[in-house]
This record gives sequence, structure tokens and C-alpha cells, in this order.
Amino acid sequence: MNQAATNTNTSEREYLSFQLGDEQYAVEILQVQEIRGWQPVTTIPNSPEYFCGVLNLRGAIIPIVDLRLRFGMPFLDYSKTTVVVVLKLKEANKIIGLVVDAVSDTHLVDQTMIQPVPEMGEMIDTNFFEGLVDIDGQMVMLINIDYLLDSEAV
Amino acid sequence: MSIDVGQFHQVFFEESHEGLQQMETILLEAKGQVPDPERINALFRVVHSVKGGAGTFGFSQLTEFAHTLETLMDAVRHDQIQWSDDLIPLLLESTDALRHILQCLDEDVEVDAEVTADLSMRLQVYLQDTTQNDDADIDEKAAINQSSSETSTNNTNCWKIDFVPHRSLFHTGNDPARLFEELAELGELTVEADDSALPAFTDFEPEDCFLSWHLQLLSTADEPSIREIFDWVEFDCDLTIHSVDPEASDPAEITEVSSDSDDKLGAASSKPTQAETVKSTPDKPAKTNPSGSAPASSSIRVETDKIDGLINMVGELVITQSMLAQMGKDLSDQTPSIIIDRIEELERNTRDLQEGIMQIRMLPISFAFNRFPRLVHDLSAKMGKQVNLKTTGEKTELDKSVMEKISDPLVHLVRNSLDHGLESPEVRTAKDKSPTGELHLNAYHQGGNIVVEIKDDGAGLNTEKIHQKALEKGLVEADANLTKDDIHNLIFLPGFSTADEVSDISGRGVGMDVVRKNITELGGTIDVYSKPDQGSTFTIRLPLTLAIMDGQSVQVGSERFIIPLLSIVESVEIKPGDVKLVSGKGELYLHRQEYLPVIRLQQLFNLPDHPETLQHHDLLVILEAGRNRIGLLVDDLLGQQQAVIKSLETNFRKVPGVSAATILGDGAVALILDIPGIWELHRQYRAVQAAAATEPAAMIEEEV
Repeated sequence: MNQAATNTNTSEREYLSFQLGDEQYAVEILQVQEIRGWQPVTTIPNSPEYFCGVLNLRGAIIPIVDLRLRFGMPFLDYSKTTVVVVLKLKEANKIIGLVVDAVSDTHLVDQTMIQPVPEMGEMIDTNFFEGLVDIDGQMVMLINIDYLLDSEAV
Repeated sequence: MSIDVGQFHQVFFEESHEGLQQMETILLEAKGQVPDPERINALFRVVHSVKGGAGTFGFSQLTEFAHTLETLMDAVRHDQIQWSDDLIPLLLESTDALRHILQCLDEDVEVDAEVTADLSMRLQVYLQDTTQNDDADIDEKAAINQSSSETSTNNTNCWKIDFVPHRSLFHTGNDPARLFEELAELGELTVEADDSALPAFTDFEPEDCFLSWHLQLLSTADEPSIREIFDWVEFDCDLTIHSVDPEASDPAEITEVSSDSDDKLGAASSKPTQAETVKSTPDKPAKTNPSGSAPASSSIRVETDKIDGLINMVGELVITQSMLAQMGKDLSDQTPSIIIDRIEELERNTRDLQEGIMQIRMLPISFAFNRFPRLVHDLSAKMGKQVNLKTTGEKTELDKSVMEKISDPLVHLVRNSLDHGLESPEVRTAKDKSPTGELHLNAYHQGGNIVVEIKDDGAGLNTEKIHQKALEKGLVEADANLTKDDIHNLIFLPGFSTADEVSDISGRGVGMDVVRKNITELGGTIDVYSKPDQGSTFTIRLPLTLAIMDGQSVQVGSERFIIPLLSIVESVEIKPGDVKLVSGKGELYLHRQEYLPVIRLQQLFNLPDHPETLQHHDLLVILEAGRNRIGLLVDDLLGQQQAVIKSLETNFRKVPGVSAATILGDGAVALILDIPGIWELHRQYRAVQAAAATEPAAMIEEEV
């Protein structure tokens, strides 16, 4: 936590960043409900590979998505550092858990510093990302949760 | 101070609907006899409350119509109009119109002004006609009425008004000052406030009314017009109006209306009828309440969300409790017995708590049955049939959500019985039956289910015709050996309708299959039993609640699933050789002289690699999927349990073959199987397999 959460500048928003392999991704922190360790889930029949299953979160049944597999990265066995970032999406009023390698840090991101995602061809759906931002010399991809959830629900 | 009244709209709509329901019941019961004054007052109060509420919320169209109706009801109440059977259809139509307006307001759409305009015109015409007919009578009454205040008509009168509001007056948004202003318009007004009831400051409730007023009005106005000003607060105050003879100041009491408070938004539905004394004419004895008035019902309105929240929490508690119990068992060697005892006690209490909370959601089925007297009344009149509707077991309780979903199928079945089942009086007489048909709705509990029966003594199902039709439509094989009951149950197949003509009432093609689908979706079943010329009986079996379910947990490979206990016929142990392979049509198992399709969840659900050989399965669970029986191969039966049903759609989406999920004793999630859905999946799976297998064959067929 190298940056204070005193957010006086309105164009700044706080993000939580996490790792997938060597890459850094981030979600807006207001959407993060909690961070928990990996826990076995119940698989859902006939669902895509990246969809791990559902989990009992204090009585709510929430879907868990492996973000590595979702983005077409190789599967990494779940370990002690594997975490599930639980997001609460206010608009859709849904809860979803994302499996990531490890949580990194929180950052204040000036909205004006966010760059659009360049077209990357067929390789990856750019709609997954709100934009790119450079934090301390490292590129961080900001995830568009609503799109991610939408593409799950179809 | 501005309050968003919008938040109260829903309450107003609900209460108004309840009131109208009550009004309808009274009207239907009143057929052929004059209802007692208490009931007429109840009718008046319903309309009055609707009007009051509408006025508060500014629904002018509703206020206007309700006002016309109220005027009529008021005239009836005061015996200015004789009660007659002509009134009933008119008033029934009015309840419909009120409902219509309420619904339009609720849905925020334009009200069809013509309907209400026409009806309120007819109400007014009725009012005028009857009052003119009774003119002489009225005059007489009026004369007597005013005998004590003789010189009223043109001379200035001195009225003494004692206005003692109930403490809750302000809660209903009324302002005495406005009443006084209105009174002042009638003449010279003196107001005297009485603060003797004011409590000590510590006991003072700023939102309550502790004041009362003594008013003196010098006016030419007559008593009704003064009373009209107090119309809005009539039920919130004690009001006495004296006329004081200027010479001999001997007050003659004319009317006294006293009533309970907090009745504002038409809670008339379930409230006891208030002690309301209306002395319309001095020569008639005052009508007081018959001693046995409606029982006081002390109910509160709670949002279903809150109850659902409680159910969820109790579900959690049950799970925590069963985890504790498990731990207690595992450690029983080291655990002092007192802890085990306490855990058992906790289990009992938790179960009681869960049952208690489930009870909150339970409503008597009369809520669903209530609409039928009206429906039968209207439909039988329209079709020229005589029908006697009997309902029994109205107090049988079931979950509100089940009730909401069962209403439409029930309406459909009742319409069907009236349209196709019961014959016209002539036909019935010719058949040596009473010209009046019997329609019987019955409900009772059986096991963990509720059973609803719709029974008529009509013509019964035409077995021949149904069979023929089923053959025509290719729904059955010509050589199939079917019993009568089998044939009767064919009417539930999709696209089946025996009505020769499509009538306005039923037979629109969406028929019994939709009824059965709705019932199956609720986890219930429907059957028909019929005898020619003796009638048909439809029997619906439903689970009591959608919140919990009795389930059998089974092991398939590494996964655990829950099967609804209601679907399970039996479970049998089988040998690998017992399953016969039929090319293209899958696997069959001969069970009690019946070949059942065998379903493997591994295939349907693409479960993680588990060898598709039979060695691992030795149990076949025989299930009922609609009218079909299927066998589901499982590895182990794990035990029965009450499953708290959790929707997968809340945070995720619907999954084919799975109806919902639940949380097991160890905190893990288990999926609840949707048996009809599994059957559907299985058929799709087989179809795909068959298509893949017969592709070359199809080409040959094309050549032929």
C-alpha cells in the first residue's frame, strides 16, 4: 500500500491490481467485495473450461471464473497463493469470483492517464478491457467487468 | 415538508384490491336477499377507502369514479335506495372498473375513460331513477329527519359541532385547520380548542393529535353539507353535530358517528366492522352491529424480500448446525455428553425455527379459490348453464409463490369444466341429472404435498374422441394397448384440444399441455379421472413450498447431486448385464415388464473422465419425468435431506438439467436435478447420436 487512499482528486480512482503470469491486470476497487483463498467448487455441467463452477459464499451461490483460462493463458494449478477476487457488480446486482495468480497492490489511477486498448487482432477480445495504464513503468490492463460478466451469462 | 407518497402506492393498490375482493364476495353472497346493514356498510367503506386513498395520492380519475359509486352506496346505506338484485351486476361491474383503473395506475398506463364514463353514467342514472321513484318516501324521511331542526331550510341555524379527533388523525395527513376553513365558508364560525387532553411534556408524541375542538357555526347550511366537510376524517374522529335552537338552547342530537382510526387506506378487508351507528330516521331504531362481527385479524404486511432473507438466514443456520452435529459425532469419544445434548437441542430448535419461518410464507388456498365464485357466476350466465360451485378445504395452506403460479392453471381447469364438462340444463335434464351442475374445488394436505381437486359432474371425457384425435395427430401408435386412464391423460399432450369449435372461453389450442407444464415446473403432477356422464376429476399434486425440498443425494462419479424425492419411484440394484443396448435408441432396462430408458449423467453433463462402463454403477434410480419413467444410473445413494433451494440465476444463469442448487451439510454446493429437463437433455443427446450414426443411411433413404 504505497499510496494513501485519500482521494481528493475527482479524476482519480482506486484500482486493485493482480497478476496473471507476468502480466498485471486491475479492477476498480469499489467493485471488489472481498479476496479469498482458493476453495474447491462444484462444477457446472456442460460449461466452458474457464468456468470453474459455483461456490457457497455465506449462503449465496456465486460463479467462479478462471481468468487465466478465460484469457487463453495456460492453466496453472491452484496453489496457496492462488486467490479468488470476489466482485460485486452493482448494476447487474450479481456477484462473481475471479481466480487470479496473486493480488499485487492498490493504485490511484488518474482517469486521464488511461489509454485505449489498441486493436490486437483475433488473438484477444479487446472488449474485455476498459483501457491500459502505465503504473511505475509496468503496463496494467483495466478489466471491463460488465463485459466479462455479460459474456459469461450468454 | 415533502414526503414521497409514491412509496405508499403499492400498499394502496394491494389494500384496494383486497377491499374489492371483499366487496365482490359480499355482492355474490347477497344474491336473492338483502344483505344486512353491516355488509352494506362494509361495501360503503371499501369504496370510501378507495376514494380516500385515491384523493390522497391525486388519482383524480379513480377519485371521481369512486365518488359516484360512493354516493350510490351511501344512498343504499341510508335506505334512500332499496336494495335490489339489479344492483348486483352494476356493482360487480363497478368493482371491475375500479380494478381496471387501479391496474392502469399501477402499470402507469392510460385508463380507458370510456368504460368508466359509461359506467358512472349508469350509476348516476340508477341513483336518480331510484331516488325519484322513492321521492315521496324520501320527502317523508327528510321531513322526519329534520323535525328536530325544523326551521332549517332557509333560516340561519346555530350548529354546535364537537370535533374530537383520534390521536392518529395527523398520521392520515388530515389537517383540522383546513376543515375549519371550509366550515367558515358556510357561515360564521367560532372555534374553540380544547387542550385538556394534552399530556405532560415527557409523554408528548409530536405526531399525535391531543386537541379537540368545539365549534359553533351560524349558517343556513343543512346538516348533511356540514357533515360532508368531515367526510375525510369520518373514521378518524368522534363527531357530534347539534343543532341549537336559538331560543331554547336544547340541543337535539341528530347523528353520531364513531369509528376506529387507522383505517385510512381501506384496510376494511380484514378489519372488524366498526361500531358505526347511523340513525337515518328517528322512527327507525338505530341499526347497531350484530354482536358477532367479523373476527379481529391482527396481521401485518411484510415485504416478501424480508421473509426470503429470513429463510436464507435460517438455511445458513441449518447448515451450520448440521456441521456442528457432524463435528460432535466425529469427536464423540472426547466430547462430553453434555455438549452432544446441547447440539441435539440446537438441532430441534433450528428445525422448529425453520418450520416457523416457512409458516410465514404460507397462505390459505382460499386466496386462489376466491376468484372462482365470480368467474363461475359470469361464465355460467354467459353460457346459459346452471352451476353450483362448492369449495372445501379453503384453509389448506401453501406457499405464496406456489399459489401465485397455480392460479392460472386452476382458472384454466375451471373454465374447461364449465365449457366442456358441464352440460346445459336441457341436456342434463334429458340425462336424468339435476339441471344444476356441480363444480367442486377441494384442497387438502397429503404427505408433504398439497392436493387440489377440480371435480365436476358433467359429461366426462369422451374416450373415443380423444383416442381418435390422438391417432390423427400421431400422438399414439394405433396398436398401442391403452387403458381408459391412459387415453384420458393424453389430453395433457402438447397441441391437443378436442373442442370442435374454438370458443371464447376455452379451447384456444393452448390447453392442457400448458397447464401440465406449469404444474410440472412447480415440481407437481396432474392427473385426470373421468367417467362418462358422471363427470371428471382433475387432481393436482404440488409441493407445499418452493423454498425447501425433500431430496435424495446421490453420488455420480466424483460429484454429488440432489434428486427431488417427489420424482423418485424407487431405486433398484442392477447387474451390468441387465442394461440392453438398442442401436440408435440408447440403453434400456427391463423393470417390472416395462423397458425404461437408462440415463447416464456422465454423458449428459460431460462430467470429468469417468469410464463409461457399468462396473461403477450398480444403482438405478427410477424417476418420473412427466408421464415418462426413466432410470438414472448412480454410483451411490447418500441419504435424504431437506434441501434449501437456491436459484443459480441470482448470480449466474439457468443450467439445462439443473433446477437449482443447495448447500450441503459440509458447506459445499450441490446441484438439484431437474428431472424433466434431464429427460429433455437425454433426448437431445440421443438425437444427436442417432443423427451421427445414421448419416450414411439417410443418404440411402433419399435415393429411394
